Amino acid sequence: MTNQVRTTPNITGERIKEYLKKGKRFDGRTPEQFREIIIERDVSKKAEGSVRVKMGKTEVVVGVKLGLAEPYPDSPNKGNLMTTAELLPLSSERFENGPPKFPAIETGRVIDRILRESGFIDFEKLCIEEGKKVWNLFVDIYSINDDGNLLDAAGIGAVAALRVAKMPKYDAEKDKIDYDTEPTGPVPLKEIPVSITVHKVGDSLIVDPTREEEDLSETRVTIGGNAEGRISSMQKGEAASIDAEQMKQIFDMAEKVIKEIANKIEKDLK
Amino acid sequence: MTEFKRPDGRALDEMRPVEAKVGIVPNADGSAMYKSGDTVAIAAVYGPRKMHPQHQQDPEKGQIRCTYNMMSFSVSDRIRPGISRRSTEISKITEWALEPVLMLDKYPNTVVDVFIHITQADAGTRCAGINAASMALAHAGIPMKNLVTSISVGKLDKTLVVDLTKEEEDFEEGEGPTDIPISMTPDGKITHLQLDGKIGVQQLKDVVDMAKKACEKVYDVQKDALKKSIEEKQ
Repeated sequence: MTNQVRTTPNITGERIKEYLKKGKRFDGRTPEQFREIIIERDVSKKAEGSVRVKMGKTEVVVGVKLGLAEPYPDSPNKGNLMTTAELLPLSSERFENGPPKFPAIETGRVIDRILRESGFIDFEKLCIEEGKKVWNLFVDIYSINDDGNLLDAAGIGAVAALRVAKMPKYDAEKDKIDYDTEPTGPVPLKEIPVSITVHKVGDSLIVDPTREEEDLSETRVTIGGNAEGRISSMQKGEAASIDAEQMKQIFDMAEKVIKEIANKIEKDLK
Repeated sequence: MTEFKRPDGRALDEMRPVEAKVGIVPNADGSAMYKSGDTVAIAAVYGPRKMHPQHQQDPEKGQIRCTYNMMSFSVSDRIRPGISRRSTEISKITEWALEPVLMLDKYPNTVVDVFIHITQADAGTRCAGINAASMALAHAGIPMKNLVTSISVGKLDKTLVVDLTKEEEDFEEGEGPTDIPISMTPDGKITHLQLDGKIGVQQLKDVVDMAKKACEKVYDVQKDALKKSIEEKQ
C-alpha cells in the first residue's frame, strides 16, 4: 500500500511476473482465486458483534459496537456509521506506532463507503427518536497479521461482524444502553455487499495478493458490489494507469469474484 | 474468617480457567495469546531491531519498548481507538515488569518492541498482557533469565481473593474492592506492583504470598504453551 516500505527483492518480483504471464502463482492459485477465507465468530464477548477473518496468513479482527448519539442535522431519522481501521504494528514490522497513516485511513474510508453506499445497513431502523436520538454503529477493524490484501479481509470482516451483531437494549428511562438485558435482535441489514480489490502486476490482473505480490502491484481497483452484479463503490489506488479495455476486464473479474465471496460469507454465517 | 462466596463460585485462591498459546502472529519474531476467564491478551515481539528514533539508541545495551492497548470493542462502552493516559501508563508498567529478566547487553543500539492488545476484557488485562508478553519474548528467543508471571490479588470487603473479574472489581459491600496486580519471576522477585483501594500491612503481606502461589500456576501454563510450540515444530 501507499507509503509502505516494499521489501520483496527484485529477483523474486521478476519471477512472480514471469509466473503470472503463464497464469500461475507461487502458491498454485489462479489469478482470480482467493485464498481460503476462514471466518470465526465472537472474538470479543463485549462487542455487539465480532469476527476474525483469516485468508492464508493474513488475519484481521473486526468488532461492532453500538452507541447512542444525536442524529446529524441532514439525516434526523437515520442512525450513524463510523468505520475505523488500525494497522497495528503488532501485525507487521512495516507498521509503526503513532497517529493513523494513509493506508489505515484509506482502509477505513473504503470500507465505510461499501457499507454505506450498498444500502446494506437500514439506517432508518437505527433511529430511536427522530431528531433526538439514534444508534451509532461503530465498525472497528484491526490487523493481526499482514500477508497481503488487508483491505479485502477488512471488508469481509466488517460485513461479517455486522451480520453476527446483536442490538443491545436501549433503556429509555435511564437513557443508556442496558447490557444486562438480552439483546433485542439483529442489526437491521439488507443483502450483503462485498468489496474486493483487483491488482495490476505487470500486465496481469490478480485478486487477493500475498504480501510479495502486493509489493509488485502497480495499481489497484477496489470494487464493492453484491451478488447480483450491482456495483456501489469503487476506488482506484496508486498512480499507474489502466487501459480502458483492461478496466473492463477488471469489472468482469470483480463481478465474478464478488459473487463467489458473497455466497461464501452467506453460507458461513448461516 | 467468615465464609465468603465469590460471584462465580470459585475458591478464594482459585484462578479463572487459563489458556495460552504461542505463535499466533506469523509475521512477528515471537507472539503469544494468554486468556484468563473472559480476559484475552495477545502480544507480538519484533526485534532486537535498530532503535528509531536514533537519539534514543543506547550504545551500551538494547532496550525494551512496550505498547499496551485495548481494542475498542473489548469492553461494554466502546473505547476510542488510539492511546490514552491509561494505556500509556500500563505500557510503561509492563516495560518495567519485563525488563529485569531480559539480557539485552549483547544488543547495543537496538530495541525489542512488544505490542500488546486486549481483544476481550474482564479485569486483569495488564496481568494477562504481561503474561502474554513474557511468553512472546521467550518465543522470539530473546535472552532471558526467567519468565515473568503476573496475577491480580483482590480484597473484597475483608477477604482476600485471587484473580478478580470485572464483577468483583465493582464489588461495593463493606470495605469495597481493593485491586493489587503483582508481577514476579518464578523465583520470587517482584517486578511490578500496584494497588488501588485500602488494606492493612499485615494483610498486604498475605497478598504477596497468595500472588506467589498463583504465579506458580501461571508459570506452568506459560511453560506448557512454549514447550508445545517446540513439539509442534518437530
